[in-house]
This record gives sequence, structure tokens and C-alpha cells, in this order.
Amino acid sequence: MAIMKADKLGISVATAPSMMTGAVPKNEWWDVPAEFTPGKYCYPAKPEIHEYHQKSLPKELGGQPRAWDPESDDWKLPENWKEIILQGLKERLDKFRSLKIFMDCCVRCGACADKCHFFLGTGDPKNMPVLRAELLRAVYRNDFTLGGKILGKMAGGREMSFEVLKEWFMYFYQCTECRRCSVFCPYGIDTAEITMMGRELLHLVGVNTNWILEPAANSNRTGNHMGLQPHTFKDNIIYLCDDIEEITGIRIEPTFNRKGAEVLFITPSADVFAEPGIYTAMGYLLLFHHIGLDYTFSTYASEGGNFGLFTNNEMMKKLNAKMYAEAKRLEVKWILGGECGHMWRVLHQYMDTMNGPADFLQVPTSPITGTVFENAASTKMVHISEFTADLIKHGKLKLDPKRNDHRVATYHDSCNPARAMGLLDEPRYVLQNVCNNFHEMPENTIRESTFCCGSGTGLNTDEIMELRMRAGLPRANAVKYVREKHEVNMLSCVCAIDRATLTSLMNYWNPDVEVCGVSELVGNALVMEGEKERETGLRFEPLAGMEG
Amino acid sequence: MRILSPFIAVLALIAVALVAAQVPGGQALMGIILPYLAFALFLGGVVYRVVQWAKSPVPFRIPTTCGQANSLPWIKQNKIDCPSTKLGVIARMILEVALFRSLFRNTKAEMYEGPKLVYGSSKFLWLFALLFHYSFLVIVLRHMRLFMDPVPGFVAALEFGDGFLQIGSPVFYQTDALFLGAIAFLFLRRIFLANIRYISLPADYFPLLLIFGIALTGILMRTVFRVDVVAIKQLTHGLATFSPAIAGQIGSIFFIHIFLVCTLLIYFPYSKLMHMAGVFMSPTRNMINNSRMVRHINPWNDPNIKPHSYAAYEDEFREFMKESGIPVEKE
Repeated sequence: MAIMKADKLGISVATAPSMMTGAVPKNEWWDVPAEFTPGKYCYPAKPEIHEYHQKSLPKELGGQPRAWDPESDDWKLPENWKEIILQGLKERLDKFRSLKIFMDCCVRCGACADKCHFFLGTGDPKNMPVLRAELLRAVYRNDFTLGGKILGKMAGGREMSFEVLKEWFMYFYQCTECRRCSVFCPYGIDTAEITMMGRELLHLVGVNTNWILEPAANSNRTGNHMGLQPHTFKDNIIYLCDDIEEITGIRIEPTFNRKGAEVLFITPSADVFAEPGIYTAMGYLLLFHHIGLDYTFSTYASEGGNFGLFTNNEMMKKLNAKMYAEAKRLEVKWILGGECGHMWRVLHQYMDTMNGPADFLQVPTSPITGTVFENAASTKMVHISEFTADLIKHGKLKLDPKRNDHRVATYHDSCNPARAMGLLDEPRYVLQNVCNNFHEMPENTIRESTFCCGSGTGLNTDEIMELRMRAGLPRANAVKYVREKHEVNMLSCVCAIDRATLTSLMNYWNPDVEVCGVSELVGNALVMEGEKERETGLRFEPLAGMEG
Repeated sequence: MRILSPFIAVLALIAVALVAAQVPGGQALMGIILPYLAFALFLGGVVYRVVQWAKSPVPFRIPTTCGQANSLPWIKQNKIDCPSTKLGVIARMILEVALFRSLFRNTKAEMYEGPKLVYGSSKFLWLFALLFHYSFLVIVLRHMRLFMDPVPGFVAALEFGDGFLQIGSPVFYQTDALFLGAIAFLFLRRIFLANIRYISLPADYFPLLLIFGIALTGILMRTVFRVDVVAIKQLTHGLATFSPAIAGQIGSIFFIHIFLVCTLLIYFPYSKLMHMAGVFMSPTRNMINNSRMVRHINPWNDPNIKPHSYAAYEDEFREFMKESGIPVEKE
């Protein structure tokens, strides 16, 4: 969908009336209806995708697989949809203490209000995390609290209605579950929990989006979001090896589904499929070859990402379960994970609980340095940045950071590794060892205060491009700052969704800044044994001072 | 409407107390029966709510990590904002509960042409929230002198410290002024900051106005409408020793004060004021970030959810896999 040019949108963001520019809507928030016009919503799931999930999931997705139009007044909901939603809410209140506490404890102090990238970029009051949560909370108060049952509206209650449902669909899909608000909330209220519950409830009545359910269906059947079948997945990696050979003169022969390998390596499939992720994947391949790692890819578990996280608990568990199943089948010792944001939220905070114990694996130990990764003693899965940082610290990598001299890099902390893992300094340590020019963005925009790319949680679809560019503005703005101050031209990150979405974001707001995974810069800097003289980087771009 | 209705509600409560204080038996009702009832409802209500929360499990380990995690030994961990031990969590919780650590992080974002976003420091909410809560605490503790005999040393010390400026007679407590100032700030920001006004509900104004009413009647009782302190102390002490009696002319202002206090106690467990207990139970703050180190158990984890099996996968793609040289289980 064609959208406004950046300069125009920039003026609109800064001057058009919105809560960010000081305008206040005339009507109370509960009297402002959600209006679905093109560009404001993600397309609903195709009926055949919806149907596929209903057959493959033990707890089916709700609603009738159907073609429906968010712009119409008939969403073809089940007849008893309100009952389903309220019953679903009750079940979830009984299953999640977080939900109960977050429903009850908010004092509406407003500390979260201007912490959300969606609010900063749209100025829409319902994108203040507090109001996003109030959309659910008002219904909770109405039906589940004494005050609400007696006083109704006076106690802030709101009856479940089609209008409310529309607002849920709009605003629970304008949240990327990035958790930035939860850093600032005095009670740690995490809007990600609210949005996750909201989306689960919407699924119960068949209100969903294709951009999430189709990759999830692909991942279930073929092993990865892209729907790459085993031979194609392999071929893609072989192509990358061809490119590596052309650039370095080294032939790498990775293995697939090989039993008895020491390590199973899993990364988001976007890394083997799409630019600029493929350069990150080339970085992995070079690194593993450099240290002689005994590892294998799997075509069955060929997806690190997990769009179940954006759907419901059951689907998250089902998709994630492949990793341990495959590690067991291949009899590996431990699992190494590539660069991905939400993938690591699932691996760090959910996997062991859902699909463990992984007692058939061993506590991860680096075969090169002997380091035992105690912090992954139970899950048995290590992040590539932890693994690489350890190699560098022990002097096991031969690096020539000059090969990245044509890059002036900054680092984008991806939401989940930052706020759901605490992985902050490992990638920075790696970066500082593989490139000579590195500058941090301003402190309110990095580490635990990092801003989302604006398109996480399955919102990285083209039909909402303007929304994405607005939501990504805080990140783009911080990049612009270091671009002007330090001439930064490379935005590095450890997330596959970031690599795709930040590329669109940079093209839009800062066209001369490129995006890469940290491992790409590692790959560029690695001095391989027996390599030919390198004239280009992994993108076939000329290297500074080595232009032949 | 959102401000007016709670305002009217507080005025109505005052009117009820004023009238009840003149009606025969009304003073006993408000001075003796209601305090017991309110206190019981408060305690029972808070316990009930906490038990209700605790009944729901914490299925996943979901701390919000606000610093470097426990990782490789040579990487410096932020042991408080990203705790990997119980001790770290305790430190994190103390900072959160006693010093409002998260609120201290507050910033204010402003949009300029460009577009350009700027994040400024914004500590006023933190400061006044802290003042409000600590003043409230000091005032509650000071009131212990009415219920205990002899007066505990720390209460006497608190009283002395609080009045050390020696303004007026009887001495005006500094916390009273801080308390009123903090309430005024919290109230006025809800009115003057457009986005805060937009999110505020009657349930946000009502407790502020109610507490303001309590503070004001308390101060007036000391400074303007002189009440019979001896009679009040006899009543409150009687309440604490389960032998309450109303003697002498206590004065209506006291009954308004105690009526509002009782209202607050009864209202407390069913309102947002439960954040006092909730902050201790918030899973994003009170959990150790060790989910890769120690397996966290989810009591309702469903063992029947299995992955799409490898066998089914191989059955679908076996020919392609063989052609491509990918090993298969069944030839």
C-alpha cells in the first residue's frame, strides 16, 4: 500500500492534532469508536489457514473459518461470542496471576503513557499503555468486581459489546509486546501480558490476522515460517556457501539433520531466506567453520521464531516443542540459538517450563574454550552472542576489525533480549571487537529503555506500513541522532524481525543507514585459514582501503 | 462528571457524619461500631483479595529485566535490576517498595518539528508520590499514641521530630503540610495534564478527595475547632482495649474525621488502593531471572500438546529429502 512520503508524515506527526501535540479528543475515550479503514488493520486469516490450525491444534482456534471484513459491521462472529469472551477471561484470570494483579493494581498514574512507541508515533490516546489495558480492565471491572457489578459505569465498568471488541482488535494489534512500559510502571504492570490475553480472547471468537497465522501454519507443517520445504531450506544455505566461497575462497559444507552432532543450531528462517538476514547467516557459517564446530542444522526444526507467542499459549508450546524433540532425535548435546528477539523470549522465559525438562541434553559447554554456560544449565540452549563473546574473550577468533572500517555501527537492543533476558553487554562486547567504529544511541533509547522497531509481534506486514513507520519513529529518531553526530551508517541488532523491519524503517526515515545482524560484522572480520585476500564484505560491498 | 461525582460523594459523606453526630446514638455508631466494622472489613478484605490473587498460579517466569543478566563470569551483572538470586530480588523489591525505583526512571517525551523526539528527566511524580506515601505513614504512626498506653518511644520521637519547627500551638506538624501539598499535587496533575485527565476515572479522584478530607478534618480538629483531646483519647484507647465509651463533648469534626477514615478502610480492599499489596506480588518484579538455569513449573502445563511429529514431517517430504541428500529415518 502506498503511503505518505517521510517528509510529509514527519510534519504530520509533529504538528497534526494528536495527544502528542497537545490536542485532547472531545469525547471520553469510551465514546470514541474504533474505525477500520485501509491501513489501520492487518488482514484477517485466510479461511484455509484458520481451518488448518483448527485441525492441527488440540485446543482449536475459535470461530468459524470464514472470509470476513474488519471494515464491515458484521464480523460473522459466533452467536454466543460475548459469553465465549467472558468465559475465556474468567479462565485466564484463574490461570495467570499476572493478569489478575495487572487488572486490579493500576492507579492510572500515567507514567507509562509516553513510553510507548505507538503512542509517540500516533498520538492516539488508546496507545497509551494505560488505556490499552483499560480496554480490557473496564470489561473486567464490569463483570468480575464487586464495585463494577453494583456501580457499573460509575466504577469504570464497561459492558462487553461489538464496539469494545473492535477496539480490542485495533489496539491489541497496535502493541508489539515490547515491555518498555513495564520498565517504568511502579507496579511492573506489563502490557505484553494484557495484549497476549487480549489476543487470545480475540482468537476464541475467530478474530485473527493472516500475517501471524500463516507463518504459524507454515512453521508447524514445514518447520519454518517461510514454508521452505527441506530441500529448499538446504539449497538456500548452500547458495550462501557459494557466496562465501566467492568472497573468501573457502568452501563450507554444513550438515543437515545429522545425528550425533555435538550442537544443534537453530535460527530464524528469515536468516537463510531474506536480505539482510542472509548476511547474518553467512556470519554464522563462517564462525562455525572458523572454530571447527561439530554442529548440524535441522530442516524439521528450521525455525527459531515462534508466532505462537503472538497467538496463544497452546500454539506457542506446540511450535516450540519441535526444538527439544529434534535435539532428542538427533542426539545432540545442546542447542545453540541464532539472533532473534521474540524467539529468545520464548527460549529464555517459556521453553523449559512448557516443554522441559531437557534431561536428555547436557549442560552446554563450549567445545572450543571449555566454558560451561551455567546460566543455561537447565534449558540447555545458548545465545549466539554469549557463545561468540566467550570465544573472543578467550582469544579463539582471528579477527581483523579493519574489514568493517567502512561501517560506523550503532547497536539496537531488541526488545525481548533486552527486557526479557538481560542480554545487553554480550553483543556490545562482540561489536567492539569486530569493528573499530561503534557509537551508542542516546541512553533513553537503548538497553532496558530500548525502543521497538515498531513492527514486532506479527505486525511486520505491508498493509499497515504507515502505522509501522509511525511506531518505529522513536527508534529511527535515535538512529538519526547518531547518524548526524557520528555519521553512523550501520544499525546492528540481534533480531531477525528487526533486520527486516528496521530496513524498511531506515529506508523510510534514514535512507543512508543499513541494517545488519551482529554476526554479519563478525563474519566480515573473521580471518579464515586458507582464505584469499578479501576485497568485499559479505554483501559484496567493497571494503574501505581494499578496493582492489 | 468524573471529578464532580466523587467530590459530591465526599461532601455527602461529610454531611452524613455531621447529621449522624447530632442524632441520639449516632456518635456511638460512628465512634464505636463503625470503626470496629471498618477495621474488620479492611483486614478481611485485604486478606481476601490477596488470597484471591494467590489462588492463580504464576505459570511462567516473566521478570522484566532492567539491566545486564547473569551471564559469562567476566560480564558485570546488574544484580538488582536483573536479579539471578533471591537476595537480588529482595533488594529489587525493597528499592521498589521503599523508594519507588521504577517511578524514579520516569521521563517525559516531547515531540518537536523535524520530527524530533526528546526525552527529559521527570522526577516530580516520583518525588510527590514518595512524599505522599511517607507523610501518610508518619501520620498513621503518630496516631498510634491514641491507641497505646504508654506511648511507644518511637512514636514520641516521631512526634517530636515532626514538630521541631515549633510553629503554632499546639505545634503544627510538618508532615501535615507535606501531606496536603502532595495530595494537592497528585490531584492537580490529574486536572492540568491533558493526558492524565483523559485517563482519570472517578475511582482516581475519589480516594484523593477522601484522603484530603481526612487530612483536613484532622488538622482543623487540632488547630481551629479545638476538640476534647482527653475524651478522644479515652475513646480511642477504649477501642484498642475493647472497652470503648464516649464521654464528654467530643465535637462533630472528630466524627467527620473518623467517618471518613472508616469509609477509606472499607473502600480500600475493593479499589485500586490494593496496589499496596499488589506491588509485592507483581511477577515482573518479584521473580528471579533464572529461567534458563532452573526449570520453572507451570501447574497447568498441558502434556497433551505435542509438536507436529518428525515422522509426519518425514512422511510428507521423504522423497524430497532423499533427493537432496538429507538423511531420513525410513528409506
